[in-house]
Amino acid sequence: MKRSYLRGLAGAFAAAMISVALPAGAQDLTIGLGANVTSIDPHFHNLSPNSNVATHFFNKLIDQDEQQKLMPGLATEWKALDNTTWEFKLRRGVKFHDGSDFTADDVVATLKRVPWVPNSPSSFRIYTQAITAHEIVDPYTIRFKTAAPYPLLPTDLSTIFIVSKKHEQSPTGDFNNGKAAIGTGPFKFVEYVPGDRIVGARNDAYWGKKTDWAKVTLKLITNNSARVAALLAGDVQVIEAVPATDHARLKTNANVSLAQIVGNRVIYLHVDSFRDQTPHATDKAGAVLPNNPLKDVRVRRALSKAINRPAISERIMEGLAIPAGGVLAEGFFGSSPKLKPDAMDPEGAKKLLTEAGYPNGFGLTIHGPNDRYPNDEKVLQAIGPMFNRIGIDTKVVTLPWATFASQGSAPNYAYSLMLVGWGAGTGEASSPLRSLLMTVGPGRGGSNRGRYSNPKVDELINQALATVDDAKRDKLLQEATEVAMADVGLIPLHYQINVWATRKGLTYKPRADEYTLAMSVSRTN
Amino acid sequence: MTVFIIRRLMQTAVVLAVMSLLVFVGVFAIGDPTAILVSPDSDQIERDRAIAALGLDKPLWEQYLYFLYGAFRGDLGKSFVFNMPALQLIMQRLPATLELAFAALVIALVAGIPLGMYAGYRPESPVSKTIMAGSILGFSLPTFWVGLMMIMVFAVQLGWLPSTGRGQVGTIFGITTSLVTLDGLAHVLLPAVNLALLKLSLVCRLARAGMRENLLMDYVKFARAKGLSARRVVLVHVFKNILIPLVTVTGLELGNLIAFSVVTETVFAWPGMGKLIIDSINNLDRPVIVAYLLVTVSMFVFINLAVDILYSILDPRVRLAEAKG
Repeated sequence: MKRSYLRGLAGAFAAAMISVALPAGAQDLTIGLGANVTSIDPHFHNLSPNSNVATHFFNKLIDQDEQQKLMPGLATEWKALDNTTWEFKLRRGVKFHDGSDFTADDVVATLKRVPWVPNSPSSFRIYTQAITAHEIVDPYTIRFKTAAPYPLLPTDLSTIFIVSKKHEQSPTGDFNNGKAAIGTGPFKFVEYVPGDRIVGARNDAYWGKKTDWAKVTLKLITNNSARVAALLAGDVQVIEAVPATDHARLKTNANVSLAQIVGNRVIYLHVDSFRDQTPHATDKAGAVLPNNPLKDVRVRRALSKAINRPAISERIMEGLAIPAGGVLAEGFFGSSPKLKPDAMDPEGAKKLLTEAGYPNGFGLTIHGPNDRYPNDEKVLQAIGPMFNRIGIDTKVVTLPWATFASQGSAPNYAYSLMLVGWGAGTGEASSPLRSLLMTVGPGRGGSNRGRYSNPKVDELINQALATVDDAKRDKLLQEATEVAMADVGLIPLHYQINVWATRKGLTYKPRADEYTLAMSVSRTN
Repeated sequence: MTVFIIRRLMQTAVVLAVMSLLVFVGVFAIGDPTAILVSPDSDQIERDRAIAALGLDKPLWEQYLYFLYGAFRGDLGKSFVFNMPALQLIMQRLPATLELAFAALVIALVAGIPLGMYAGYRPESPVSKTIMAGSILGFSLPTFWVGLMMIMVFAVQLGWLPSTGRGQVGTIFGITTSLVTLDGLAHVLLPAVNLALLKLSLVCRLARAGMRENLLMDYVKFARAKGLSARRVVLVHVFKNILIPLVTVTGLELGNLIAFSVVTETVFAWPGMGKLIIDSINNLDRPVIVAYLLVTVSMFVFINLAVDILYSILDPRVRLAEAKG
C-alpha cells in the first residue's frame, strides 16, 4: 500500500518534470519565427514568410523538398504532352478542411484568384501568367497550355497554394479571420493575431504523413536576441535564423540542438557595368571619372580578386557562410560545379588595374543595406579595406533597406557598386540568372541593379527557358552562369548557411529555402 | 474652462493637419514602398500593377487630397502591407500597449513615490542613499540591455517567468486584457518592470525633491505646531503638495510610455503599437505611419488636457484663478 503510494508520487513527480521540460503538453509545439507575416491569404503577398505559414494550411500541386527538388503535392504526376501542353494528374480522395472534395475545379478557381486579389502589394501572377488556357479532362486531370515552350511551369506552380473554389472571390480579410482559410494542408487554421502569432491544429484527415503535433503555434519574434532568449527559456521549442553571434554559444548548450544546411541565398556585389559615367567612381580628388571604370571586365575581375572570401565567411559570418563563385550553391539544379570562388590575389588585381589603365587606382563609394542580411554592414566594411589594398580609395555607405532598396533599384539606379542578396525561390539557377544577369527588359532583369548586359548570356538563358528537357536545360543554365561569371557580371561573395535551433529532444530537418515548418520538426526518441 | 478646451481642440486640429502633411512628404522622400514590397522575382509589369493597386501612380498632392477626403470621413487608408484599415490595425494593437503602459505606470508610482518620500524624509540614512544610487542606475542603464538581462535571469536561469509575448487574455467589464489572467500577468510582469524602471527613478527623484522642499515650508511648521502627528503631516499634507509636479510629469511620461515603448516591445516581442510602427517604417507603409502619428498626437493632447483638469482638482489656487478669470 505504502509502496504503491510512493510509486504514484514518483510517477506524478516524473510527470511534473516532463511537463517542465516540454511545457504546455508534449503534443503542442511552439516555433519562433524571425520575420513578420503580413497575411494568411496565400495569394495576397508574394513574400516567403507568408508562404512559409501558408504551407501549414494549404497544399500546392507540386511541393518542394528540403533541397527544393520538386515532388508530388496535390498533383501525383505531371508531364509535358508537347512543348506547350502540360498534363497534371490530381490526387484523389483529398478533402478540404471543410469536408469538401478537392478536384480540378479548385485548381481553376485558384488560377483565377491569383491575379484577382485586390490591393496586393506583390501578386503571384508572375507564376501563373505563362498559362494561356486550361482544359479540365476529368475531375482529376487538368491540362495547361502555354503560348511558348515553358519548362518552368512545374517550378512556378510549386509556389501557388490551392484554395477551395468556394473562396475564389473571398477577400484577404476573410483568410485572416479564418473564414476562408480552408485548405487541404496538414494543419487547420485556428487563429491569427497580426504581429504576434498564428495557431493551427492537426488535420486528422490529412492525405499525407500526419504530423506529431496536435497544436502548433508560430510566434513572430523578429528580434534576434529575443528569439534566442525565448528558446533558452523554453517558451518556444524551435527557432529559425539563429544569429551568428549566438551560434557558438548555443552549440555548447546542453539543452539545445542545432541543424544547418547551405541555403539558396547568395550575397553578392552588383556592379554598374552599364553607364558610361557612374556616379560613385571618382578620381582621387573626388571628381566623377569621365569613363566608368567598372565597364572594363579587368577592373571587375580585379575587384573580385581583392576580396578575401574565406576571411569573410569564417570571421564575419562566424562560419555560417561558404565562399561563392556563382549565383547558386553547388547541388542545386543548374549550378555549375566548375565555378570556384576567386582566390584573394592583390598583386594580380593590381596588375589587372594597371592593364586597364588605372595603375594608381581610383576612388569608389560602395553601398549596402544595414538591416537586411546577416552582418550585411560588417561585410561591406570589411570589403572597403580590401579594395583599398589594391589602390582603390573606397568609402563605405550603408543605409536602412527601406532607403537602399528604392534608391538602388529601377528607375533610380543611384549606386555604382552595391551589396545585395538573392534567394532562389524556385530552387534552380534560372531564378537568379533571369532576374540578376539578363539585360533589363520585360519579364527579365527585374533586379539587375547593375544593368549588366551580355547578349551571349541572354541567349543562353533564353534557350534554357525554352528547353523542356531537364538535362539539356541544366547544361544551358550552367553554361550561362559560367559565361556571366567569366565576364564578372556580378561579384559573388558567399552563400548563406541556414541554421535552426531546437530544444534537446527535438530535431529539425533543415531546408535550403529557409522555411520553418512544424511538419519538419520531430522528436528524437 | 470650456473656452480653454475649445481653443485646445482647435490647436490640435491644426497640429494634426500639419503633421500629416509632413509625414506624407517625409515618407515619399525616403523612397518607393513598392521597391520593398514587390517580390524581387517580379517584372516591370507586376511592379506597375502594384504601384497602381496601392494608388502610388498618382501625383503626391492628389494622394494627399485623397487621404484628407478619407480622413474627414474617418477613413485613414488601408495598410499597404496588411490590406487592413490602418486605424483598425492600430486599434488591434492598442490594448496590448495600453495594458503594458498602465502596468508600468502603476509600478513606477506605487514603488517610486514611497521610496522617494522616504529618501526625502530621511535624506541622510543609508537606505535613502541606496535608493538614490539605485535611481541613478535606473536612469542610466539602457532599457534594451536591462530587458535582455531580466530575460536571462528570470526566464532563462531561474525559469520563473515567460520571456516573450503576451499571455492569455481575459475579459473584464467588456475590455479584453491580459491583466486579469494569471498567465497574462506572468507575461506582463517582466516587460512592465523593464519599461517602468526609468519612470520609477524619475518619480522617485521628484518625490524626494518635493518632500525636501515641502518639509521646510511654513504650512508644515504650522501643522506641527498645531500638534498633528508626523505621520499625518507627511502622508496627508505634504503628500498632496508633492502630487502636483508628479501629475505633470506622469502625464507627459504616460504619453511616452504608450507611444514610444518600442524598445521594450521589441525585446519582449510584445505585440503592441511600438512594434507595428517600426515594422511599418521599415516597409514604408505610409497609411499606418500617418494614422499612428495622428493617433499618438491626439493621445498626447488628451492626456495634457486631463493633466490640466487634474491640476485644478489638486490645487485650489488654480481653481480660484480660473473662477476669477
